[in-house]
Amino acid sequence: MLKLNNISKFYNPGTVNEMCLFEDYSLEIETGEFVSIVGSNGSGKTSLLNIICGSITQDSGEIWIDDKNISLMPEFKRAAFIGRVYQNPAFGTCPDMTILENMSIADNKGKTFGLRLGANRNKTEYYREMLSEIGLGLENKMDVKVGVLSGGQRQAMALLMATLTPVDFLILDEHTAALDPKTADKIMELTDRIVKEKKLTTLMVTHNLRYAVDYGSRLIMMHQGHNVMDYKGEEKKNIKIDNILEKFNQISIECGN
Amino acid sequence: MQTVLFGILEEGFVYAILSLGVYITYKILDFPDLSVDGTYPLGAAVTAALIVSGVNPYIALVISFFAGIAAGFLTGVIHVKLGVRDLLSGIIVSLGLFSVNLKIAGKANLAFFSEETIFTSVASIGTFGTVILLIALVIVCKLLLDFYLNTKSGYLLRATGSNDKLVTALGKDKGSVRILGLALANGFAAFAGAIMCQKQGYFDVGMGTGTMVIGLANVIIGTQLLKKMSFIKATTAVIIGSVIYRACVAFAINLGAPAEDLKLITAILFLVILVISDSKSIFRKKLSNKSGKVMKNA
Repeated sequence: MLKLNNISKFYNPGTVNEMCLFEDYSLEIETGEFVSIVGSNGSGKTSLLNIICGSITQDSGEIWIDDKNISLMPEFKRAAFIGRVYQNPAFGTCPDMTILENMSIADNKGKTFGLRLGANRNKTEYYREMLSEIGLGLENKMDVKVGVLSGGQRQAMALLMATLTPVDFLILDEHTAALDPKTADKIMELTDRIVKEKKLTTLMVTHNLRYAVDYGSRLIMMHQGHNVMDYKGEEKKNIKIDNILEKFNQISIECGN
Repeated sequence: MQTVLFGILEEGFVYAILSLGVYITYKILDFPDLSVDGTYPLGAAVTAALIVSGVNPYIALVISFFAGIAAGFLTGVIHVKLGVRDLLSGIIVSLGLFSVNLKIAGKANLAFFSEETIFTSVASIGTFGTVILLIALVIVCKLLLDFYLNTKSGYLLRATGSNDKLVTALGKDKGSVRILGLALANGFAAFAGAIMCQKQGYFDVGMGTGTMVIGLANVIIGTQLLKKMSFIKATTAVIIGSVIYRACVAFAINLGAPAEDLKLITAILFLVILVISDSKSIFRKKLSNKSGKVMKNA
């Protein structure tokens, strides 16, 4: 279980540009939940993920995973149990390394990075099988540098790499936003499959309301650092895109958008 | 003619080892590391002091390598842990090392022409022997670096330069990897300085000036010139680049430029290389525009 207790975060504190991102924000996510988070720009969605992952530090408040307080744990240590996919497909892979090298490095997460050979050729078949399942033809490009792949192919790899080793949480930060609609659908289906297969607790920030309705077991809408909508269980299943859209427009008008 | 050729090869190979180090920082880590201006003469100072006190010249090389590692580690710590900007941390270390080098050698110029060096044993075969020994050293360094870059630790180093977010995602501290890379790179620089010192038979406190420029020029020439030949490894390209660059400098000197112009020639050549290799440069755009027009007319 992931627990955020009374999180506060201000940007530019003490200046005229002071901006309150979160004030006394709390959230509980049960193990196994697939949470979609929607909201307009500046509502705090991505900042929330950044606080959970440790990319930015909260001013006050606590973050707990089960009975472990991770509030001040550095980002790279949290990564041991968090897999993250970014909006930018370039962030999840290493462009100067081949597909095989990328898969190998991701597969080594949690182990020591010593002086053994980086790529284990015996595992090539295993990687190839995994890549062929996503149906983008990557299995035949094991020795191609990832930098020459398309955004969709890279994002698919980023997703595979983030979940290759056992993680407790999968954090998806608008991970389909930079892709064309068809590729985005494909990546979203792949995401759903991986989440179900590995039973991952997932937090997905998205601007695509349809994905938020179609996928996941819980839906949160954020606005100015608060949850203005939080549906789970049956309530979530029965939700229609029009319901969210209505609320969404209402918020946007308040903001003057 | 033959002496010129051997001179080019000898110096080219010594600087090739330095350039392998610069390749790690500049190409792999994307870190403009100026500390090599201090660690190259550091290797020379350590080796000179050790040889004068009767230490085996090969052991002196190894100790110099580790002295370079320590200095590179310091640059890394200043940058990563103290948050000083990359260029400045290199400048601080190289400036400080100037005094350290003087202390190690005891004076600004320490000669040991009569002492035994790694080149003494091959001296009987003539200059040719020196070149062979240097080739062997370069190849060993290159193969070791190639091997390292293919290990898990090497993968992490490459990933840090190309996308450090991935390194964080793998649960590793990108700062520590940077420190490791800087240490290794400066180890190579000091090793090259130690070899140069043994080759010329003396240490000179000013021998480090412009080291980074030479190293960078070699790396850029090698990687840019041989970019299209993907079957040549980058480490090999860097070695070839070093020899080509040395040849260019030797050519300029042989055209009649006085020896004191060496640094000026080095600087101008480096500028020319930078301008030509930068795809965004105005010069390059003009060139390609011109050829484009010609194509249309044809």
